[in-house]
Amino acid sequence: MRSRVVSTSALLIGFSFLYIPILSMVVFSFNNSRLVTVWDAQNSPTLKWYYELFSNEQILGAAWLSIRIAAMTASIAVVLGTLAGLVLARFGPFKGRTLLSGMTTAPLVMPEVITGLSMLLLFISMEQLLGWPKGRGVLTITIAHVTFAMAYVTVIVQSQLAGFDDSLEEAAMDLGARPAKVFFRITLPLILPAIASGWLLSFTLSWDDLVISQFVAGPGSSTLPMVIFSKMRLGVSPDVNALATILVLFVAMGVVGGSLWMHRLEKRRARESQLAASDL
Amino acid sequence: MSNDRHYPALSARLASGRVGPLWALLFRLAPPRWSEYVLTHWTGKKLVIAMPYLWLLLFFLVPFLIVFKISFSEARIAMPPYAPLLEWAGNQVVAIKLNMGNYAFLLTDDLYATSYLYSVRVAAISALLCLLIGYPMAYAIARSTPTWRSVFLLLVILPFWTSFLLRVYAWIGLLKSNGVINNVLMALGVIDTPITMMQTDFAVYIGIVYSYLPFMILPLYANLEKHDQTLVEAAADLGARPLKTFLRVTLPLSFPGIVAGVLLVFIPAVGEYVIPSLLGRADQLMIGRVLADEFFSNRDWPVASAVAICMLILLVAPIMVFQRIQSRELEARR
Repeated sequence: MRSRVVSTSALLIGFSFLYIPILSMVVFSFNNSRLVTVWDAQNSPTLKWYYELFSNEQILGAAWLSIRIAAMTASIAVVLGTLAGLVLARFGPFKGRTLLSGMTTAPLVMPEVITGLSMLLLFISMEQLLGWPKGRGVLTITIAHVTFAMAYVTVIVQSQLAGFDDSLEEAAMDLGARPAKVFFRITLPLILPAIASGWLLSFTLSWDDLVISQFVAGPGSSTLPMVIFSKMRLGVSPDVNALATILVLFVAMGVVGGSLWMHRLEKRRARESQLAASDL
Repeated sequence: MSNDRHYPALSARLASGRVGPLWALLFRLAPPRWSEYVLTHWTGKKLVIAMPYLWLLLFFLVPFLIVFKISFSEARIAMPPYAPLLEWAGNQVVAIKLNMGNYAFLLTDDLYATSYLYSVRVAAISALLCLLIGYPMAYAIARSTPTWRSVFLLLVILPFWTSFLLRVYAWIGLLKSNGVINNVLMALGVIDTPITMMQTDFAVYIGIVYSYLPFMILPLYANLEKHDQTLVEAAADLGARPLKTFLRVTLPLSFPGIVAGVLLVFIPAVGEYVIPSLLGRADQLMIGRVLADEFFSNRDWPVASAVAICMLILLVAPIMVFQRIQSRELEARR
């Protein structure tokens, strides 16, 4: 009984800590006053900051750029991360395996300033040596984002694969399927949820990244976080609240929808395996 | 030149000077027929290993070597703003100019040592606070019914998917001297004059704990969820009180989760740059900010590189511990 009270209050305190700041942003996005935190009761709620947001070309352009970079990053990171996860979980020992597993876990904790600095210096050296990449911009941001996002995909895919034993894959091999066919027909469908969440996570990591982008961006390639950060340094402005509200709405719908989909997928899989078992 | 025969197209390009020096070097050093070698030997498995491997070598490992190299070179006003380490000194002679000046400079100016110490302290305290808030939450989530469990986990992850920058921004609105917290406290009559919370250590702790809390809760939850409940029941049957059971059974078992969570917060927090520059003190910088200032404002790339290398040396031990735990966790599931 007493432990129940402790648990409930821990969750209550923790979740209010997590959600009160977000709620306050949502509430104040409808506030009329330019002073972000003083509630103007007479003229609120109002949608004027939303109008202002959607007429701000700079923010809209940066948001579109960020979406494009994030989509490219997620798609490349998913391919590379899935391969790395597959190699680490299924290929057994090989020369250099420790280095590979080190290079896929270190980016998870590496401070962003170090990654950003080292990436920029790499790009500059490469430009001097090879003449590629020319200058800095969307391409260099994408490469940098892929490098740290693929580490997350690797961990997700690897842990998903570690959860399945490889008897299905072995059975397919025994029946004469070539490795590529085994991967596309057996392994890939099994880890599809992991790949999907890896894609979404990579997208978010890239969309959210400020520090690394600041290092490797060039003129004319300001991502959305860079624009918001420079706005925030000049002082708070309420249209950022409106932007945050829209984002929270999107993410909430996406996350809830995504998890419902995963839930259904898992249920169907459980039912199918039950059916398969009863056929025997 | 033996390779000319095998790569006529490349050697023509080489002669016309349309190849960069690195490619020219590779071309000279490469074994004959290496493309044939790659085509015949790098099939299937090797190719699958090679793709992520080469990407990470080129874009993760090599950059550190470059940072390391530049930390030994001298700053100069040019683009790029550092002197090359290797210089062709006349005929076939390479002069290496190794310069320890940047590291000596870090030792002579107090700014760097105090910033390192301050960053480590802030990161350690934040990690501890995260643990104090996150452990009870992870424990409560692991002990709830399966349906509630997935709802709670969703609620933990959800803020993480919204923008990190906007979440820090939200705290500016709350903590300002005319912000929400001060307004509420004054309206309730708890305080008469607003408390200064922005640009203090307190604000930085809040910012870091808030941003990194999911990274603490998730590994702790993953650990606590696996615990065998019969152990707790056995301890209770043998007459241990709940608190004693927790301290003697649950807490020791969850140790790997605690270490993983603490490191996931501590290591990135040491180099944190955005949170302290938005919420933190102006008189005491964290090392991430010092690095960024050296790089962007002073344009002293060699010193910035030396700062980065020192930070890496400081973090290498925790990173390796994290790596060990992470790979043990992933191998153990099989």
